[in-house]
Amino acid sequence: MTQIAAPSALKPELPGTDPSEPRPEPATLQTVPGRPDRGGRERSPAQGQAGRTRRWLRRPGLLLSALFLLLVLTAAFAPGVLAPGDPYTGDSSQALQPPGTAHWFGTDHLGRDLYTRVVHGTSLSLRTALIAVVIALISGGIFGVAAGFLGGWIDQAIMRVVDVLLAIPSLLLSLALISALGFGSTNVAIAVALGSVATFARIARSQSLRVCQSTFVEASRSLGSRWHTTLRRHVLPNAAGPILALAVLEFGMAILAVSALSFLGYGAPRPAPEWGSLVSEGRNYMAAAGWLTTLPGLVIAATVLSINRLAHALGGERRRF
Amino acid sequence: MTRYIVLRVLLAAGVLWAAYTVTFAILYIIPGDPVSAMLAGGLDNGAVSAERLEELRDAYGFNDPLPLQYASHLWAAVQGDLGTSVQTGQPVSTAVGQVLLPTVELSAAALVIALVLGGGIALVATYTHSAWLREALLGIPPVAVSLPTFWIGLLLIQWFSFQWGIFPAMGDDGIRSLVLPALTLGLPISALVAQVLAKSLQEAALDPYVTTTRAKGISRLQVHLGHVLRNATLPSLTMVGLIAGNLLAGSVIVETVFSRPGLGQLTVQAVTLQDLPVVQGVVLFGAVVFIAANLIVDLLLPLADPRVTVGRSYA
Repeated sequence: MTQIAAPSALKPELPGTDPSEPRPEPATLQTVPGRPDRGGRERSPAQGQAGRTRRWLRRPGLLLSALFLLLVLTAAFAPGVLAPGDPYTGDSSQALQPPGTAHWFGTDHLGRDLYTRVVHGTSLSLRTALIAVVIALISGGIFGVAAGFLGGWIDQAIMRVVDVLLAIPSLLLSLALISALGFGSTNVAIAVALGSVATFARIARSQSLRVCQSTFVEASRSLGSRWHTTLRRHVLPNAAGPILALAVLEFGMAILAVSALSFLGYGAPRPAPEWGSLVSEGRNYMAAAGWLTTLPGLVIAATVLSINRLAHALGGERRRF
Repeated sequence: MTRYIVLRVLLAAGVLWAAYTVTFAILYIIPGDPVSAMLAGGLDNGAVSAERLEELRDAYGFNDPLPLQYASHLWAAVQGDLGTSVQTGQPVSTAVGQVLLPTVELSAAALVIALVLGGGIALVATYTHSAWLREALLGIPPVAVSLPTFWIGLLLIQWFSFQWGIFPAMGDDGIRSLVLPALTLGLPISALVAQVLAKSLQEAALDPYVTTTRAKGISRLQVHLGHVLRNATLPSLTMVGLIAGNLLAGSVIVETVFSRPGLGQLTVQAVTLQDLPVVQGVVLFGAVVFIAANLIVDLLLPLADPRVTVGRSYA
């Protein structure tokens, strides 16, 4: 009875990657349609405005994350609202000022206001991460759904490629692509996308396989619906939820990967205030001006944490396990 | 059993071959003209004449048709020849071999930290009766994986080196300079270990033998450490390959932050200078580590646990 699957290149924390798994894991991202506790807590019968507000207040972590992300989004779309200054020009008489009321995050070695630079770097960092996730989502989604929907040798072929991509640590895969394509934000985005295509393909395959095996698809097929109708009306809408929840989670991971690559110096060229490059610039003044590394890093961490918190709420789970 | 071993080894070799093909495609087909790409990363920008470029293309075999290039590269790789570094002229295998030791040291120290810390969190969180403590402990790993590795390293340097002066920020004087890098590399991996192990401990603790052993009068701690942990470790062994890969990838960041020589630093140099053969060597090495770790676990697991079915496996 107790059968332990022979180990493999599986990423252990990903749910439902193999539909023939003997014991379905308590899925991290799988939303069971119609499950009452999608929000993690029992749903109050009064679903009015008051009930909704109370539910939010009962989860201060999620509320805080949402508010912070709102701030981050504002910084990405309208940086001038939060920081009206110029991120590129500094006052050298004000160099290396510690954080205070005049400069919330302090100033760097050229007297540039770090807070302004972080705010103006948001759109650059988030855009790179977003492009990465969109590329990975679309390409991984197409391959995964094709594998799950078509089955047979196509499935086999696609999944073998996915296994190979998973066998190479994703940072190394990204670095290989960067050395082939050259530096810059777009190339970093493509490189990060390559690192997570396989993850998307796996979940897209398992989800579309799950839907394809359900009775309503069988019923729809037996009524004579065409394959593209089945795909469009049944498979895609029902598989989309978990895939999108994964996309949110991967967006956080992509921000981390992008900031790591720009920390290494492969992102947008120097004066651009990409989050990772800000930390890397501050490294040279660590003994005298610790805030130059601490604060931009804190913003990255807070953003990723908030996104993960939100992803788990979307995935219908309060926590990872 | 023999059939299982042969099959597993063949599968691993197949994945390795495919990984080689992927790196070849990325590094030698995508750039279009690898020679210019490599020279663009070098110091003498644009100072190379057209004839010299042609000469280099000939020397590296880039003028041959693609299938021929692939075949000759693959044949050389099978014999252990991964080409020579464009920057130093050293064979890639030598370049990788020279810097392997510091990275292995770092990874081993980080692994110990990750296992102790991650295992500790998972064990205490699943053993305790206090819901508050369990929630608090299980809340740590998701936070730890959300922190940028380079930031953790820089914070540690700031506190332990600059403010308190306990450990050196960089340099290479024995065990003292290993502590901070190993901690930086180990922390995210300990989160991974804690997450997977806690889940598997929670599942194992529900098995009926736990009740039986308890009924026989064995203390809860003994059951937890002696029986539940043993049973929970086996399924968690599947992540050995993942951990090995993470250690290697993490060393790229950690060795940059702490200016330590090693495989990670070699990687960063090679990528910065677009030294494609070295990049390929490092990436392949990462794949070899991952595949070998998985293969070893696959081969040892049936010995450790007779319940493991031999038939079901995929690469």
